[in-house]
Parts: sequence; C-alpha cells; structure tokens
Amino acid sequence: MKVNGAQALMKCLKEQNVKVVFGFPGGAVIDIYDELLRNDDITHVLVRHEQAAVHAADAYARVIGDVGVALVTSGPGATNTVTGIASAYCDSIPIVVFTGQVPTMLIGNDAFQEVDIVGITRPCTKHNYLVKNIEDLVPTIREAFHIARTGRPGPVLVDLPKDIVSAMFNFPEPKPVKMRTYRPTYEPHPGQIEKACKAIMKARKPVIYAGGGVIASKSHEELTDLATKLSVPVTMTLMGLGGFPGTDPLSMGMLGMHGTYYANMAVANCDLLIAVGSRFDDRVTGRIDAFAPHAKIIHIDIDPSSISKNVRVDIPIVADCKHALTAMNTWFDRNDEFKKEESAEKHEAWLEQISDWKIKHPLGYLEVPDVIKPQFVVQKLHELTNGDAIISTEVGQNQMWAAQFYHFNHPRTFLTSGGLGVMGYGLPAAIGAQMAARDRTVIDIAGDGSIQMNIQELATARQYKLPVKVAILNNNYLGMVRQWQELFYDKKYAHTGLETAPDFVALAQAYGAVGLRATKPSEVEPVIREALATDNTVIMDFVIAREEGVYPMVPAGKATTEMLLV
Amino acid sequence: MKHTISVLLMNKPGVLSRVTGLFSGRGFNIESLAVAPTLDNDVSCLTLVTDGDDNIVEQITKQLHKLIDVIKVTDMNEVENVEREMALIRVKADSETRAEVLRTIDIFRGKVVDVSPKSYAVEITGTASKIQAVIDIFRPIGIQEIIRTGTIAMVRARKN
Repeated sequence: MKVNGAQALMKCLKEQNVKVVFGFPGGAVIDIYDELLRNDDITHVLVRHEQAAVHAADAYARVIGDVGVALVTSGPGATNTVTGIASAYCDSIPIVVFTGQVPTMLIGNDAFQEVDIVGITRPCTKHNYLVKNIEDLVPTIREAFHIARTGRPGPVLVDLPKDIVSAMFNFPEPKPVKMRTYRPTYEPHPGQIEKACKAIMKARKPVIYAGGGVIASKSHEELTDLATKLSVPVTMTLMGLGGFPGTDPLSMGMLGMHGTYYANMAVANCDLLIAVGSRFDDRVTGRIDAFAPHAKIIHIDIDPSSISKNVRVDIPIVADCKHALTAMNTWFDRNDEFKKEESAEKHEAWLEQISDWKIKHPLGYLEVPDVIKPQFVVQKLHELTNGDAIISTEVGQNQMWAAQFYHFNHPRTFLTSGGLGVMGYGLPAAIGAQMAARDRTVIDIAGDGSIQMNIQELATARQYKLPVKVAILNNNYLGMVRQWQELFYDKKYAHTGLETAPDFVALAQAYGAVGLRATKPSEVEPVIREALATDNTVIMDFVIAREEGVYPMVPAGKATTEMLLV
Repeated sequence: MKHTISVLLMNKPGVLSRVTGLFSGRGFNIESLAVAPTLDNDVSCLTLVTDGDDNIVEQITKQLHKLIDVIKVTDMNEVENVEREMALIRVKADSETRAEVLRTIDIFRGKVVDVSPKSYAVEITGTASKIQAVIDIFRPIGIQEIIRTGTIAMVRARKN
C-alpha cells in the first residue's frame, strides 16, 4: 500500500500502541500535524514549550509503564527538548522523541531552523537516528521503540527530514525487530543467584537498597515478597520510592543526602547490602569509602556498566530485576535449609536496632505556632488523598519534602526528575500523568522557584481540562540553594531571594484555573479539601516558613553517617 | 597502564563520533585510534589505545559495549595478539647522510617510498615501540615530517 512518510509514522505509532503524543508544531513537521488531524485514535496534547512535551511524555511513560512520545519541529523545537531528553536519560525512562528536520538536500547548509540534533543529543539519548532514506523510515521507528522500552530503558530520538515525511512509498508489513548488535541480558546467571542467596542466608544485618530499576522492571511484588520472606529491611532511592510500600514496617524510607537517619545508619552498619536496580549515585553514597564499609555487596542491574562503576561489588548479577528477584524467591522457596521463621529470628536483633534508631531520630520537623511548615502540608496532602494520589515534584526542597513525607505505597505514583534534577519538571509531568490516568488525583508538589520554569503549561492543563493540582510550597526563596548558603556559605544568600514573585492566586485565575492560598496552618486542610473537590486545574499557594530546611542532611562529600538533624 | 582495545561496530555514519564522544564525555583518554571496514562491509573494526587503571578500562569496555552500534569489544591486553602500526617518516638525506639513512632503513626493514635530492620518505611498520626506535635513530639526522596510523591489533589464532 502506498503511503507518505507522515502516514507511515501514524501507522507505526498505532502499531506501537501509542495513544497520546505531546508536541508542538512547526514548519518541518507540518505534514505530520496535518496527518494527525486525520487520526482520531491518537490524541495530541499541544504544550506551550517543547521541554514540557518531553517531560509530559516522560511522566506519561512512568505512569503507564510503556513508551511516551513527543513530537516537535526542527531547530529551536528540537533544541528545546534537550533538557527533557537528558532528564529521561538519567532516570532511564522510555520515550521516543520525533524531531522535524530540514529537507535532506538542505542538511548541512545552515538552512532556516536547521540544527544537528542527532549530534547534540548523542550523549544524552540511549540511541538516536537521522532518517535519510524513505525505506529506512519504518524500520527505524520500530527499532526506536524497541530500544527505548527494552534493556535499560531510555530516550531515543528520531530526526525526520521534511522531504522524508512527504515522500510516497510502499509501507512494509510489521515484523519483529531483530538487531545484530543489541541484545540485553534479562536472565540472571544461576551461579550468581546461588552465590547471592547463600550470602543472604549467612547475613546477620542485611539491607535491601532498591532503586528505580525495581519500578522500571515492574518487580515491586517480587521485591516485597523477598523482603518479607527474609525479614530484610528495605531502603529506597528517590527513584525507587513506591517500589516497596513506604508504610511497611520493614521500610526505612529514602537513604542518602536527605535520607532518613535510620536508613543511613542501617547501610553504614549492615553486613550485606542487596542493591536492586540502583546505581550508587553520589547523592546516595556520600563519601564512597564510608559507604556500607562493612558490607558484602550484591548488585542486580540490567546495565553491566552500572556494576562496579562507583562502588566495588562482590556479587554482580546482570539481569532484569524482575527475573533476578524471581530467581532468588524461587531459590529460597525450594531450599529446604531456608526457614522463614529462622530468618526472622536471625534478623531480630538487627531489626530491633533499626527500631531504636527510628525512635531516636524519626523523620520530623519543629512546629511553630501560626507558621505553615512545608512538611505539614505534604503530610496533609498524604492524609487527605489517603496516600493514593500520583505525585509529581519540581526540584529542590519541595522534592525532598515530598519524598520524605508522602509515604508512597505503590509504584508509578512518584514522578520526579531524579538524576538530572530539572527545575520545571513537575507541572508538565503532572499533565503527562493526568493524560495517562484521567481518573486519578495528580498533584505537583512545587516550589515557588521551580514552578516558574514551566508555569506556561497551566494553559495546556486548562486546554485539555486536566484537573491537576499544584501545591506551591512558597518561601520566596530558591530554598535548597539558600539552605546550602545558610549552612556552608555563612548565610550569604547570593541571588536566592525571589522577592519579586507573581501573585500565584491571581496568576491561576489569569489562566482560567482556580487559585487558593493558605497563610496559617489552620487554612491548610480547607485549602487542600477545596482543591481536591474542584474539577478544574488548581494552584494552592502555601505561604510557608521562609527559612525552613530539609533535614536530615548529609553535607556533600561527607559520610552518610555525618548527618545534620532537625 | 596502556591498553589496546579492539571494537567491532556497525559501519554507519556517526558511529565513530559516538565512540569518541563517549571518551570525551566521560573523561577517558584516547592515545591513538584506527578504523576501517572488515571483511564484512557492514562492519568496521576500530582499534584504540588508551591509558588507565583497571577500573577505568573496565568502564571503557562496558560503556563501549553499551553503545547500540557496537558488536564486540575486546581488551587486547587480556589475549595473545599482534599489534602493528605504520609510519611515514620524511628524513633529511643529503650527500653526507644518504648512505647511513639507507642502511638504517634496511636494518628496520623499512621501505623508501619517496625520494628527493635532500630527503627520503620512509615507510616503517611494526609495534609502536619499534616505530619510536626508528624515530629516535633518525632524529639526530633530521626528521622533517612524521605521519603515523595509530596501532591496529589482531587476536592470535589458537595454535592447536
């Protein structure tokens, strides 16, 4: 059947089960947009900035557990996606970004809105393509989706020259993607599984350290099964939150720079660390030589290059987390020597020690009369949504308070730019999440600084009637940097004061959204209740304690046991 | 420690910049790099020489292997192999030194590939250290220009 490039793209998107595309039109992709109009089964969400299209696709992918798609034009449209792509790359999120390109005969001639986006995004994509021949178009798109969603997931960019999009050709029938060079390892090595399980049997003070890989591989149930069966306490990275129920007695919450006292103490004192789908990021480890110094380390990761990159690993297991955890669960289930009760008994003293730490230094904050504490706001959000909302965050203090005080019990409910730390992620992410889950409550926990990086997306939320709620923890500061200046720069607040800020309530109204404000603790609950009961997009402006800090905190480069507490 | 790494990769545009970009982006060092198609025209072989401790070289090989277009990565230091490099050296050769230069070329099994009244251009192949030895010998006589290919390497066939 004869089709043009744009029609072929639509057919491919349907083949890949794509329902929603986030994008922004332009000259180079006008044919694709024309074709989109004729395809009712693909919803296009018109964002107000291309960066937001990618963040929205990223969050959409996180919520549905499959690939998100963004479509933008050439030149500035393409360069505006770079931050979103780099963020998805750091967090291993599967997205495919289609960029328009000038016609093939103009490539390299400095044409209008031409940029070498394949060159620009080479270091921050899992792979990328420039389609130069029409025969390559369909196989390339199929390969792009295959690469994005398999192995360690990640962003793939496909650059589409305008003449390719309009060229006519015979559409090739669907066939499975076969690549000579790319074959990720899913199955663990049985010998390594056995070694790991035997090490676990021997351990007296084990800790599971779970990362985003647990969520990516959909292995939260297997992880919960393993931890419960063995009575092993679990700590999660920022990306791993929701991978193990946050309210479970075995949960120690997040570890690392702003992790809990007990999680960091447990890691520092454990004799076995079971790292699952996590990559020993510096925000987790602090000073490397003081990280889990007494522990034997088991590391499960689908990406071999993650293993022994930062920390020496004793038992590496290159595999998909789900496959590896299943293999471990099976090993314990079939091994006669293993008794659930004995394991619980063996770890009793260790769990008691952790309980002591929990009692000694729980996650908390100091209450001050008549002043709204941001942690209180997050706690109230948790309480009034029954912990059942999808939470996106911006980056900074708001992100850490959300991670600490909204106890995530389910995977795919916490959306945050973990690796790259993109201010401006939260609102477009909330839009992507709401597109994926129209019936869920979606809340962006924001700071007054971050929200201003992509605040134009309020228009997108309004246009598509997305009832996302934005909770601004407003301290008139770039709070996280201010906190560092307070602690390590003699309180010299160099350019972190945001004294000139919009009236967020009036701003919400200007977009046709609802604006609410709380200035006293007693107003917090009514404001949240009203927001949750509203069908519209809502901004909640919580005027919080100006100089509140995020605690515990491990100063950069220090051991994780050297925490500053509340 | 110096490592010679051999990489089989798809012969496609942009692949070389993926490899070099990986090195510059991660702060790894490339001392020399040679690349050309193999028997299979869709596949190129890239040989590169790098300097780093075991951890760095382990990361280099893993990161290289992570590139979608890379088929195989071999650290040549871990296998028996032959390494060769070629250099073209233009050396001063006037009436006084001409005979000595020719003798030296002969000793190193080199070949004269260009002659002028005042110079010889010499083709030398061998290990990087042999080429260095020739350069050291020619230097006092007067080297005008050197072009080196960088090392290429091949795993030795099993003898049994």
